[in-house]
Formats: sequence, structure tokens, C-alpha cells
Amino acid sequence: MDIVVCVKHVPDTTEAEITVRDDGRGIRKEGLVFDISEADNYAVEEALLLKERFGGSITVLTVGSQEADETLRMCLAKGADQAVRLTDERFEGSDSYATARILAEAIRGMDYDLVLTGCMADDDASAQVGVTLAEMLGIPHAALVISIAVEDGTMKIHRELEGGLHEVLAIQLPALFTIQTGINEPRYASIFGIRQAMRKQIETLDLGALGLAEEAVGEAGSKTSLVRLFIPVVTAQATILEGSPEEVSSELVTIFKNEGVI
Amino acid sequence: MGEIFVLAEHRRGELRDVTFEMLGKGQELAAATGGSLSAVLLGHDVGDFATELTKHANQVLVIADARLEHFNSAAYQQVLTSLITERQPRLVLMGHSAYGMDLAPSLATQLDLPLVTDCVGLEFEDGDLFAVREMYGGKVSAKVAFRPADTYVATLRQAAFPFAEGAPLGGEIVAVDSPLTEEITYRRFLEFVEAAVGEVDITQADVVVAVGRGIKEQENMSLVEKLAEALGGVLAGSRPVVDAGWLPPDRQVGQSGKTVKPKLYLALGISGASQHLVGMKASSTIVAVNKDPDAPIFRVAHYGIVGDLFKVVPALTAQLGG
Repeated sequence: MDIVVCVKHVPDTTEAEITVRDDGRGIRKEGLVFDISEADNYAVEEALLLKERFGGSITVLTVGSQEADETLRMCLAKGADQAVRLTDERFEGSDSYATARILAEAIRGMDYDLVLTGCMADDDASAQVGVTLAEMLGIPHAALVISIAVEDGTMKIHRELEGGLHEVLAIQLPALFTIQTGINEPRYASIFGIRQAMRKQIETLDLGALGLAEEAVGEAGSKTSLVRLFIPVVTAQATILEGSPEEVSSELVTIFKNEGVI
Repeated sequence: MGEIFVLAEHRRGELRDVTFEMLGKGQELAAATGGSLSAVLLGHDVGDFATELTKHANQVLVIADARLEHFNSAAYQQVLTSLITERQPRLVLMGHSAYGMDLAPSLATQLDLPLVTDCVGLEFEDGDLFAVREMYGGKVSAKVAFRPADTYVATLRQAAFPFAEGAPLGGEIVAVDSPLTEEITYRRFLEFVEAAVGEVDITQADVVVAVGRGIKEQENMSLVEKLAEALGGVLAGSRPVVDAGWLPPDRQVGQSGKTVKPKLYLALGISGASQHLVGMKASSTIVAVNKDPDAPIFRVAHYGIVGDLFKVVPALTAQLGG
């Protein structure tokens, strides 16, 4: 089974203080640690598991600047066969639609049975690129996939719905799945893998190599545009308890008693 | 100024809440633009839903077909492509749900329409459409412009808009012929599967001690277990803890897990992703402990401690006699 996995190199902002750039078009990224987007990490692991069972190859793709090589190398270190970075200054400002267009152009020329993406990226959380890409490639898709099995040449997958419910679907290949977190246990790369990955070549393709028109990418090729980012206005805020752990604990015990929970 | 479509979501014999939230927002936008509101209902044997929807829409467009009994984005896409091409609505609203996420991007792409997902705000300004959505785990909001088009598509965040209310609109039910001609074989719905039921039902507990990514390692789970025991509560968690396998799926609080409303909800090391907040924000008293003062959990908590859970939790457990 030949698998293409699309990944994104994103800043980890779970515990970081975020500030918006003066032009309102992005956040300040200095000092932030970047890594593969969480759901994409599960997509890579799922590709590795499928390759272990059925053979074939794994190609990892990203749209981004050179810093994204770090994420691609980590995918190679875990067992991906090749990595391709789609990069061009003219890709700047691409929305989800234009980003999917760039990926579609690169994937169209490849031999593949399955395309995997994360179900949404940690930064913009649009949950849009994967399903858009499937439509552009003209292949069936399923979003929020939480289990994959193969039965009689058909993929039998579970999609995560709300409230702990799953739906089971049968899907014909070639297809695209957007992978939900928790589908597997992503592995860590071995030291040996990391060493080997250092020597592997990361292919880069730009606008010309992909045969895309300039109007098809960046802001011109987008269907939406960012007006501005802002820190949300906080309409309600917790009463913050201050003091040593012992002091706040004793305040909490009083609150619990007043609320009748102890 | 044209028609606004709301795609009615239903599953296993029930209209989903997000349907009524979209109808509320749809009514507001229709009033602001002088347009009309149409609920779009795809399904099989859904007459009761149609009647219910007439209260909140000017029209209910019903496409009945046995092939639409269960949601299938491929079938829905064919039907909606035909309906949108024929009626040219100004705006199509869908839920940012497991259904909407599976359908909206491919539908918008096929019809070459601009789409903004997971909207928490949506307004026309001088004829142009703008959305507000969240990024970076809710720490940053973004105002996004749709490129001018005849028809727009937006998915609305679940539980972010109030239900439709006011006097019944008494809409008219319009039956539309199904454009589906053959069975879709490349994507077939097989069945629903319920999450396994564990020995503890967290929705029945008065005290829920919930733990998130901030717990860092599996061996630290015993810390919060002791606190839950001292409080006579049950242990639950946010998605990352369940994904890691440190708690079973039936202990997950949030959109894809359980919704809880205990007397006390203690959120430890949980940043407060929107998908988590919908599952616990109705709790009577919410206490959050988190290192990050900007964590969205503090916006729904009643009491907050900006600090290290590894110091606060043992101190609290000790004071409770645990």
C-alpha cells in the first residue's frame, strides 16, 4: 500500500504566552517550540502501521519553509521512505483551499493508494485541508477516522461522532482519511533512525516545478483572507486564589464546604 | 437578499442541538439582510422533523430518499450540489460537527465556493461576509473575510450559539425530488458503534476530578486518583489523557466524550479547548488549576489557581485528610 501523509510544522502554544504581531496578521513566533501538528503525528503512525502490515511506501509531504525539514526528518527517522517539501515565497498567505491546491498538484503525479492527513492542525484548527484535498483529487474520503481495518480489499473504518459514538464505513481505495488523535500510540524515533534520516535527501518543489499558476496560490488563490488576529475579549474570568499551595488549598476546602460537596 | 440554508443535522431519530443553534443564527442573519430562512432536511421518513423545523424556518426543503437514511457525505454532497445550483442561496450553514467537517470542505470545493469553518461569529457588513473563529487552542481569535461570491458556506461551532426562539415562523414544507440516481458504492455506511461502558458513569457523579495534558506522565496519575478519592469523586480526563491511554474512553469529558454537570468540577492541568468546555461548562462549581494564566479554562471556571498542579494537588489532598 503506497501512502502519502500530509503534515504541518506548527508552534506548540499549549503553555506558551501568545502575542499578536503589530500588523495583526500573525502571532509572534520567536521563542516558540515547533513540532509536527498533533493529529498529523497520529497520521504518520497509522501510515507506518499500515506499511508494516501490507508493505508499500510512505511519502511525507508538507507545505512550508526550511524549518519544516525538522518535522519531515523526524518522519523519515520513524520509517517514512521519502519526504517532499513544497515551498515558494508565493505560497505565503495561502488559506486552507489554496494549501490543498498546492498539495493536490504534488500528489496528482504520484502513485498512491491512500492519502492521510491529521483531522485538524493545532494552529488554525480549520479541519479543512484534508477533505478539500480529497475533492480536488477526485477520491472518496472520510474525516475524523479513529480506526482502520482492511477486509477483502475494502477499507473498513470508524469515524468519530459526538458523545462517544462511532460510525463504521466501507470505503474503496484510493481514498483520503483525516486522522483523529488517539487512533494509535505514536512511536518515538530511534537513535539509529534519526542518524539515518540525517543522510536522506528532502526533495523540494516550488511553484514552477508543480506547474501551478501564480494566481492559484497565496492570497490570490485563496477564497478567504485573514482580516486580523486579536486576543479574545474575556467576558468572564475565574476568581483567582493566591497564596502558597497550603493557603489556596485551605481556601478551596472552605469553598467545597460552602458548596456542600464535602 | 436571498435565501439562507441551514442543513438540519439528525442522527438516530433525533434532530441534533446544533440544528436549532444554526436556525437561531440563520434567523438573525435573514432578518439583518432581508432574506428568508430555509431548513434543508435530508433523510428517510423524516416527516416529524420537518414539522418541528417549520417552527423555526420560513421553508423546510425536504429531500426524502431511502439512501439518505444515515448521513453519508458523498450522498449529501450530490443532493446539496444540485439544490444549491438550482436555488443559489446566499449562505449555507452547517454544523462544525462530525458531519459538517466531513461534508462542507468537499461540497464547497466542488461548487467553487468560499468556506470558513468553526465560526463563533458570522456577520454581513455592507454586503460582505465576515466570520470570527478561534486559533491556537482558543488563545487567539481571528476575523476572516470571505472572498465576495454569490453563495457562501460556513460551519458553526457546536454549542456556541443560542437556540432559535421567538414566535413560531410557521414555515411551509416543500418536498424536493431526490437527485440521487444510483447507489453510492465507494463509501457505504455500515453501522453505529457505541463506546464501551465502563464500571463508573462519570455523568452521575457529584464531584468530578478531571485531569489534562498538564499531568505529563502516566505515573503522575496516582496523584489525582488520591485527590478524587479524598473528595469522594470520580476521575475523568480531557482528550490528551485518553488518547495517551491513561484513562479509558468512557472517562473522557467533552464533545466526543461525555457531558457532565456535577456539583464540583475540578480541572487539573486542562487548558480548556472548546471541545472540552462544551462537556463541562454547565457544572455548578468549576475550579481550575493551570500553570498558564491565559488558559481558556479560566474563562469558564469560577475559581482558579495559576500554579503548579504537582504542588497544589498534594497539598489539597492532605488537607482533605487523604
